[in-house]
Amino acid sequence: MDSNLTPTSGAVARLIQELNKLPGIGPKSAQRLAYNLLRAPEEQTKMLAEALLSVKQQTKLCSVCFNITDTDPCPICLNSQRERGKICIVEQPQDILALEHTRIYHGLYHVLHGAISPTEGVGTDDIRVKELMDRLRDGSVTEVILATNPNLEGETTAMYLNKLISPLGIVVTRLARGLPFGTELEYADDVTLTRAIEGRQEF
Amino acid sequence: MTKPRTYKTEAVIIKKTKLGEAGRILTLYTPHLGKIQAVAKGVRRPRSKMAGHLELLTHSQLSLARGRNLDTVIGAQTINSFMPLKIDLDLTSYALYATELVNQFAADNVEDYPLFQLLVETLQNLSQGGDNELILRYFEIHLLDMAGFRPQLQHCVTCKSTLKEATNLFSPGAGGVLCPGCRQSQFAYPLSENARKVLLLLQNSDYGTVSGLEIDRELSRQLEMLMRNYIRYLLERDVKSTAWMDSLRGQIDDNQIRPYSPTTPAKT
Repeated sequence: MDSNLTPTSGAVARLIQELNKLPGIGPKSAQRLAYNLLRAPEEQTKMLAEALLSVKQQTKLCSVCFNITDTDPCPICLNSQRERGKICIVEQPQDILALEHTRIYHGLYHVLHGAISPTEGVGTDDIRVKELMDRLRDGSVTEVILATNPNLEGETTAMYLNKLISPLGIVVTRLARGLPFGTELEYADDVTLTRAIEGRQEF
Repeated sequence: MTKPRTYKTEAVIIKKTKLGEAGRILTLYTPHLGKIQAVAKGVRRPRSKMAGHLELLTHSQLSLARGRNLDTVIGAQTINSFMPLKIDLDLTSYALYATELVNQFAADNVEDYPLFQLLVETLQNLSQGGDNELILRYFEIHLLDMAGFRPQLQHCVTCKSTLKEATNLFSPGAGGVLCPGCRQSQFAYPLSENARKVLLLLQNSDYGTVSGLEIDRELSRQLEMLMRNYIRYLLERDVKSTAWMDSLRGQIDDNQIRPYSPTTPAKT
């Protein structure tokens, strides 16, 4: 930033600088947010500051499923109402939110925290594969649902996990890959359409 | 005259990185524009009409709009999705290796039509099945040729003498074969006469001619290591996807499941 363009207050400049580091926040958005916070009631800024601090201090990873949680094990892993024989494998904690929103799945989860990406140098040691395999060893799990993203990295991860898990005698399923709701057939790509035709179901 | 605001090109998608909430920056290898980068907006949303046509290892027809920095993809239609590559763990790893090499060796915005052809041909060959190692060696040696690093395999790089049927040496630094007499202080690997002949044949033939070649496992491994060392020397770094190919192969070779190495804890 040009020296004659920096705000006269060092504190504001520092806030802008910090906000600017967030994804999707450019210099102008950072400025807008900073001045907005400056005008906001002190109560509100205090709450934001506390929320920011506690997100780092109070959250941890669940030692069972590696979801982000305040308590360990997380509420989902502790919930005795859930089907303990099913584990749904997802790439990131946000994916659990999306799946939970459907209210149709009542099993457990496992967060890998990434997907295998050979050209980025992300291998099996960089995601929570070992922890998953340890979890499956006691024999209580009957089905593993692979819910990694339907892109090349997610598919690679799913194929790899299938190779590891199916010899254990556990049923391995993959989320259906086909046409998304609300789209038009003519825009579908070959891979999606092929899978949609292969995976068609009786009405 | 100003350039038109939009243009069309074929491209193979060789790399992608996330951008903003739902976008991606794609690295594309095109027939006439060489390696370019472009923004694809909204392709991480499930309802994106272009996402499936813009996945890695896909050969697509694209429409792009010129932007101030990066151009934006405004339309995409698959030409070849190389489906077999995407449903096989090993083939995916080989194909990603090929695209990583293209990304490493190709300069931005420099047309190299033969390299585009080589890339598409290689993805095609991998999809159709064959000796995958041979396909990769053929790819590597021709890629090096096009990138200006054609290894000298006919005669000794230093003394220019014709090579005798003996174990010679391959020197990455010299960019080719050294005869035993020219070993000197230069760093070099032993190169068997069989390996040299195979490389020479690959270098001077099209894929159709060499596709029937049968190479035993030991020689195949030797050729792979030779090329890997040469490429690592040229790039001055490891090719990332080789680690994944090795870990997959480790499973097959040992015929046992090794999901992780116990000495390296997973990153938190």
